[in-house]
Amino acid sequence: MRQIVPVFKREFLGYFRAPVAYVFLIAFLVISVSLAFSRFGGFFRANQASLERYFMFFPWLFLFLVPAVGMRLWSEEKRSGTVELLFTLPLTTLQAVVGKFLAAWVFLAIAVLLSFPMALTIGYLGSPDWGVVVTAYLGTILMAGGYLGVCSLTSALTRSQVISFVLSVLACAVIVFLGLSGFTSFLEGMFPIQVADAVANFSFVTHFDAFTKGIVDPKDVVYFLSLMGFTLFLNVVVLER
Amino acid sequence: MIEVQGLVKTYGTKRAVDGVSFTVRRGDILGFLGPNGAGKSTTMKLITGFLRADAGRATVDGIDVAVDPVEVKRRLGYLPESAPAYPEMNVEEFLDFIADVRGFRSAAARREPVDRAIALTHLEAVRKQSIETLSKGFKQRVGFAQALLHDPPVLVLDEPTDGLDPNQKNEVRALIKRMSAAKAVILSTHILEEVEAICNRVIIISRGKVVADETPAQLQARQPGARLDEIFRDLTQGDI
Repeated sequence: MRQIVPVFKREFLGYFRAPVAYVFLIAFLVISVSLAFSRFGGFFRANQASLERYFMFFPWLFLFLVPAVGMRLWSEEKRSGTVELLFTLPLTTLQAVVGKFLAAWVFLAIAVLLSFPMALTIGYLGSPDWGVVVTAYLGTILMAGGYLGVCSLTSALTRSQVISFVLSVLACAVIVFLGLSGFTSFLEGMFPIQVADAVANFSFVTHFDAFTKGIVDPKDVVYFLSLMGFTLFLNVVVLER
Repeated sequence: MIEVQGLVKTYGTKRAVDGVSFTVRRGDILGFLGPNGAGKSTTMKLITGFLRADAGRATVDGIDVAVDPVEVKRRLGYLPESAPAYPEMNVEEFLDFIADVRGFRSAAARREPVDRAIALTHLEAVRKQSIETLSKGFKQRVGFAQALLHDPPVLVLDEPTDGLDPNQKNEVRALIKRMSAAKAVILSTHILEEVEAICNRVIIISRGKVVADETPAQLQARQPGARLDEIFRDLTQGDI
């Protein structure tokens, strides 16, 4: 497993060697923060020292921003031919997949954590429940990992970054959709409630909710970790074809 | 030492590699010749473990690449066609990464092999230059540097002098020749004079099959007085 480290280092530092990463970080922060303060977020209107109005948009933000990071994970290696270099080095496919995944995940975690001025703001404006803030950040980072697993997988399926982006947005949209209240009530009308619940259980939204309320439910943690594990497993299978 | 027995690789209905067998020993420089699409690169990708064979075996120092690919890759230095490298890294960073993956854990341990590889391939001038800004010749040499960095007992080189000017071609050939005493080397090429210059054995592949496996002298002896490319053409007749 030691071989994961050089792959991780290379990939992670690679993000910061090009301007694209910085553009992404700025865009992510600007969009996420503006949404919170906008008419849709209503941060001031809510009049609470909480970041609920900030975190509520994340499932939707991630829908486009994580594919933007994930799309080049494997497509670019396949297109430029470096995949042939990587897989003739003495490491296993799994080590390469995990190394690249972790690098992208840490990058996304940094993007999320760079919103800490928001946390400082509510600390200044009132007395927030810091426990809730911490669990919400934790949940966001886990959710980012979930999205990233899916995006890494779709990236391994194609050489084209564009196709990878589209596929990952579609896949993530389906997963988000499964948990939306409109869809679940529709299902409840047709099937027993257990079925509707089971289907909703596959969605990011369902499992992110508790984190924003200050609850770290082991079920939710297991969900995100197993989603990551499953998509990474498939990722290895696809690459070894 | 490389041993290949009955390798087969099929893409759909096309047999890219159709029962290829040969052996390469320490001290050999095997020239791999053949028309484009004959199966040279595919065979190399099978030996280096990048592709999985549909049938047959490839072993490096007795280790089957299908059974223990990581161990085989440890012993190999591979230069893929068009020498891929990570464009946003500079030469030193890239070779450092390769050295790290190849087992040189600390920065201090990496310095020597990286410096040596840069010296052997004359990359000092572009050490800190990013790979995407390099000319084809330099990119090729970076690929070569990465292949010989860990001083492997086996070298698999896919068109190592591709895109190099005549002086650089000479340099690379001389380097391969110098290193070959302790190594088993396979190189693929389109340049027949390269085969004459440094190879002690030649294999010609046509349509996935081996059509010649002998020394350059024996190849010439097939039609004494004829040019090598004429002999080549006769052997690969119809494979355009």
